[in-house]
Amino acid sequence: MLRLPPFDFYTPGSLAEVIELLAGEGPETRVVAGGTDLWPNMKRRHQKAERVVSLMAIPELAGIEGHNGELRLGSTTILDDIVRSREITERFPALARAVASISSPPLRYMGTIGGNICVDTRCTYYNQTEEWRRSIDYCMKEEGTICWVAPSSPRCWAHSASDSAPILCALGARVEMVSKRGDRILPLTDFYRDDGIDYLDKAPDEVVARILIPSDSDSARCGSSFWKLRRRGSIDFAVLSVAAAVWTDDGNRVTDARIYLGAVGSRPLPVAGLADCLEGRLLSEETISEAAALARKTATPMDNTDFQAQWRGVMAARYTEAALREIAGLDPRGLPPQHLL
Amino acid sequence: MAEPSDGKQRDESLDLPGRHIGQPFRRVDGRAKVTGTTRFADDLHFPRLCHLKLVRSTLPHARIKAIDFSSAADVPGYLGSLTGRQMPHPFGILPVSEDEHALCIEKVRYVGDPVAAVAATSEEAAYEAALRVEVEYEPLDTIDGIDTALAADLDRIHDYGDGNNIHKKVSMRFGDLEAGFAEADLELEDTLFYEGNTHLAMEQHATVAVAEDEDRVTVYSSTQTPHYVHRALAKVLELPPSRIRVIACSNGGGFGGKSDVFNHEIVAAKMALELGRPVRITLNREEIFYCHRGRHPTLMHLRTGFKKDGSMTAQHLRTALDGGAYGSYGVASTYYTGALQTVTYDLPRYRFDGVRCFTNKPPCGPKRGHGTPQPRFGFEVHLDKAAEKLGIDPADLRLRNLAEPGSVTANWLQLGTIGLRRCIEAVVAGSGWRERYGRLPHGRGLGLACGSYLCGAGLPIYWNHMPQSGVQLKLDRSGGVAVFCGEAEIGQGSDSVLAAVVAEVLGIDLADIRLCVADTDLTPVDLGSYSSRVTLMVGHAAHQAAERARKLIAQAVAKRLEVPRERLIFAERRVFDAADPEKGLSFEDAVTVAEAKWGTLGTTGSYIPPRAPGKYRGAGVGPSPTYSYSAAVVEVEVDPETGLYRPDHVWIAHDIGRSINPVLVLGQVEGSVYMGLGEAMMEEQAFRALPRHLSSALVHKTPSLLEYKSPTFHDMPPVTSYLIEDPDPQGPFGAKEVGQGPLLPVPPALANAIYDAVGVRIDQVPIQPQMILKALDEKSRGRQARYGPKVFPEVDFGEILRVLTPAEGGDGHALNEHGEKKAHGMSGADGTMSSRDEALKDKDGAVTTK
Amino acid sequence: MAERTTTLELLINGESRVVAFPTHHTLLEVLREECGLTGTKHGCELGECGTCAVLVDGQPVLSCLVLAAQMSGREIETVEGLQEGNRLHPLQQTFADLNAAQCGYCTPGILMTAKALLADNAHPTRDDIREALSGTLCRCTGYHKILQAVEGAAQLAAGEEWTPAADSLHGATPPDRGSE
Repeated sequence: MLRLPPFDFYTPGSLAEVIELLAGEGPETRVVAGGTDLWPNMKRRHQKAERVVSLMAIPELAGIEGHNGELRLGSTTILDDIVRSREITERFPALARAVASISSPPLRYMGTIGGNICVDTRCTYYNQTEEWRRSIDYCMKEEGTICWVAPSSPRCWAHSASDSAPILCALGARVEMVSKRGDRILPLTDFYRDDGIDYLDKAPDEVVARILIPSDSDSARCGSSFWKLRRRGSIDFAVLSVAAAVWTDDGNRVTDARIYLGAVGSRPLPVAGLADCLEGRLLSEETISEAAALARKTATPMDNTDFQAQWRGVMAARYTEAALREIAGLDPRGLPPQHLL
Repeated sequence: MAEPSDGKQRDESLDLPGRHIGQPFRRVDGRAKVTGTTRFADDLHFPRLCHLKLVRSTLPHARIKAIDFSSAADVPGYLGSLTGRQMPHPFGILPVSEDEHALCIEKVRYVGDPVAAVAATSEEAAYEAALRVEVEYEPLDTIDGIDTALAADLDRIHDYGDGNNIHKKVSMRFGDLEAGFAEADLELEDTLFYEGNTHLAMEQHATVAVAEDEDRVTVYSSTQTPHYVHRALAKVLELPPSRIRVIACSNGGGFGGKSDVFNHEIVAAKMALELGRPVRITLNREEIFYCHRGRHPTLMHLRTGFKKDGSMTAQHLRTALDGGAYGSYGVASTYYTGALQTVTYDLPRYRFDGVRCFTNKPPCGPKRGHGTPQPRFGFEVHLDKAAEKLGIDPADLRLRNLAEPGSVTANWLQLGTIGLRRCIEAVVAGSGWRERYGRLPHGRGLGLACGSYLCGAGLPIYWNHMPQSGVQLKLDRSGGVAVFCGEAEIGQGSDSVLAAVVAEVLGIDLADIRLCVADTDLTPVDLGSYSSRVTLMVGHAAHQAAERARKLIAQAVAKRLEVPRERLIFAERRVFDAADPEKGLSFEDAVTVAEAKWGTLGTTGSYIPPRAPGKYRGAGVGPSPTYSYSAAVVEVEVDPETGLYRPDHVWIAHDIGRSINPVLVLGQVEGSVYMGLGEAMMEEQAFRALPRHLSSALVHKTPSLLEYKSPTFHDMPPVTSYLIEDPDPQGPFGAKEVGQGPLLPVPPALANAIYDAVGVRIDQVPIQPQMILKALDEKSRGRQARYGPKVFPEVDFGEILRVLTPAEGGDGHALNEHGEKKAHGMSGADGTMSSRDEALKDKDGAVTTK
Repeated sequence: MAERTTTLELLINGESRVVAFPTHHTLLEVLREECGLTGTKHGCELGECGTCAVLVDGQPVLSCLVLAAQMSGREIETVEGLQEGNRLHPLQQTFADLNAAQCGYCTPGILMTAKALLADNAHPTRDDIREALSGTLCRCTGYHKILQAVEGAAQLAAGEEWTPAADSLHGATPPDRGSE
């Protein structure tokens, strides 16, 4: 069987201890929460660690709490607890939907929200065993020099694989990180970088402590939706996801709209030009079609996951349309994905 | 010693209600399987067990220059290594293509080809050591598919075969084809493609080898064919077979994927003998994609003549198979892409040309349906198109063309009973076909297709005069019956069939039976769990052995009770007088009486299939004691805007002859539908070549359970299954096969349903949504509403073997076949069994085991 | 300080035992190799197939993706603990009777996951069952018999009678042929 290589394992009981353990550490020290991403990656040897620090014995990192309307999600909150939280299903239904679509039920009993927003970018040239990667002489993301998805490209095109990230970005969430060097909070959109290798603005000594969702994005004020494309009704990662959040005025005119596309870029991609397209207008068949066309332009699906890349681009438009139609109270049409049944 | 059973002399058993036969009963291994006590090969443990790891090629095609173990040997726990030079004898499942070595010697032929082996005290150490083995290669040309394989002037993967990188070419013609086409009112041509896919049994192949002496070894393995593993081990290890014991553990799924002999099985045995301690190897999931032996990617071209009434006048089928790097069952697979075309419908004249290519990919072989799902897909989609052109309902077109029960086909296959009419009627009625086909709203459709399959291959893969299946019984005064048989349980329920047949004949409970199976030291040979042969062949052998035991007991009891033997009934764990049921003995007492009369009791049973009428070269592939039939209707919903689709329901009917245990039969039917849908919708054993100017790599695209898409709970629609029972005299208690046949109609039924839903033809599987979208786009531009391959490659198939059909007064021989390769069974053993009759005639020449 | 070897008291199927193992070993490895509990199977070791599911504090967890070192004080349940004495658990009964375990390799993981489902939801709908079990791949059954078996077990567990539907044992009867 595939096994983990040996490492030093730490299970500190407090955040203070974690910070101390991580102080001055580099990439050979890794943090683990649910383990559903790190352990497979280490078994296949494309992520390596000398030391692994678990966050799962730190009570203060888990839990869901409201604070002046802001929702604070502890980073080690189990995904299934998010799905079952009434506060989240009522106030942020698209987030609940996105989290409920992650992988399969047992993985949601194990995985955490912090782990999900940090999940490694994916690529079929990378998520393979050591022996397989030797057979292609590795790739740029690990050991090698070429991005096999786009050999003439100077960058890595591994794609963002988080289901919660696009919707959290759309909802304007912020992420709070702590380290010995100090705490910082940044918008989740800035947490992600458009690079398959260096995809997070997070230093090895930093720990994601909480995710903060503003009260503005509460379902009372904001319409939101999440559509996800994957081959099978369970287990699979998204090969495309569309997360949309729309704010309207009393006359149903759009005051703000954000759509983020997952799995068709190295980070959740904001649909460009959306403000010009939608702001001040009603969500109608016409405006929705225009927004969908923008999504098609934004998406950069590559041939590095399941399904034909070009068709995933077509689906970016289709699912953007479906998500916006759903927000507008229109029939989303077509065959709904399993996670909406 | 009596003649082996030919399965013919038990007509009276066909219609009797069974105490076990025909009743749903809990499978005999059911309790073990739900309590976690079934022992799979990876679950075995022995003192001093050490671990083996194979070093696999990282290049698709290369010459081996040097292998360096020095760094590997530094790993703590390292015990030893092996290279191919220590096991120089080649092996392979078919005598004609023994082209594998336990470890590669001169060349590697695909990424994943085993090139060296290391053993260590832990699996972790073995893995680390394997990573450190340095192999120096000299790269050769990469052959990545059929077209490259057909091209001249590239490095050859093997130095045998039919030229370039062609492994095997076959060309045969049955009857006057051109006369047939001349009679036709409609001539239809189609080119289709069926992508390769793999078995993906959940259990990862494992082998444990235990050295028992310097020249004696026991090998426990997840294998469907312990007998063939036994033979190959004897050959490669250069040991008498009597010193090798192979035990097939319960298989965690097979589907054909564990019916070859694998490198790791041989290397484990060799390593155990070298180290003098037990050795285990359990492959990881990626390595199983390299073992493969799955569905051949197959390009097909069909040309068929139809009359206005829908009857067929002639068909010419051409197939091109991407065989991967080794022979495996490939010669048989190639023949199978053509052999069963004639079994379902009346096809008076038929020509088949097939070619199998070597490519630098894991070898293809037999997967559920072995070689026939591809042409079945082609044929049934082709028929759907013909039905439309002829203005005949697709169900009616098939009903009009049904093959005649008991007839001999154009290619000389002897048919048995045919329940296909009732199968079609069942799915037509169940699905509401008459009211709904062609009338559902745009985006929703129904598709129908049929299929047929072997109930055991008529010939063994190496010629011999011996039974294909054997059973021994041991009875004693305890009243318990021990049943010994070489069959291998792979999840299909073969143990339960074996026990049920014996219990039925002896009138005892399943709990009175103790099974000992799949152990080459202790059990009589059964060739293995492949070709849907077990129920029929093991069933017959078990029946014969049990009948013989019953006779011995009856004679003794008749004497004791002073009752005529014919009046004795074996039922309810008693042996009693039919005229006076009170008068009798318990089964235990009856056996005691018999043991006293005859001494220690033991009986045997064996089975050899009937001889096939075909005598031409190649006639050995296709014959079977009888054939099963299936029909399916799939209902699908298609989103024309995205090409996404979802099968909503499958109705399937299967001609089982007679169920031994209907609940097991249903399991096979439902599992076949599942696997057929997986192949039709998403499963692909696909490969990735890197840009040629940068790399010659050719790697498996998705060697994982995450990325090789196998349908989950959410992807499986409801299935309504109908079991059509019409006992076949060739089957034990009338039973036919069910393990493979029901897969066959599913992929074409889905493709046909998509056509009914949105009016586009997808002439290849798996059917991807973008294909539907592309075809819809073509349609909207007024072009052909179709997605699929356009051309079949130019292949010179050489001289056509010309055979007259039975209707033309043929005798089963080819008109232009020459005398070569007929003298001895083995010398002519090209694996295609050109003339079994010849082999059987010349008994002295047909020495078969080595 | 991190130790490369861990010695821990594990509570498995209600029995506690002290086990020593390399710290980087997963629960799967420790169950099978240190405890001899080989009923828990493995199909990928990467969290992709659900075969190795066991219950930890009543929740289905993939034993290939948790370290045994993290199991201190947790209640672990495996297929070996499912029987009640020498009697089969209702799930085991219905799985055996309906041939919901064919090769039986994915069965232990499915049984444990189904047990957690029934503990949480005594009367699950077919969709509930499908979703709860959707993390496990089975290549033999086509899933139907599994769904029927979990439904049957829910009835048995609720103290109700369970008689398998005729069509789950004999197949369906085509509509126009009546009850032939």
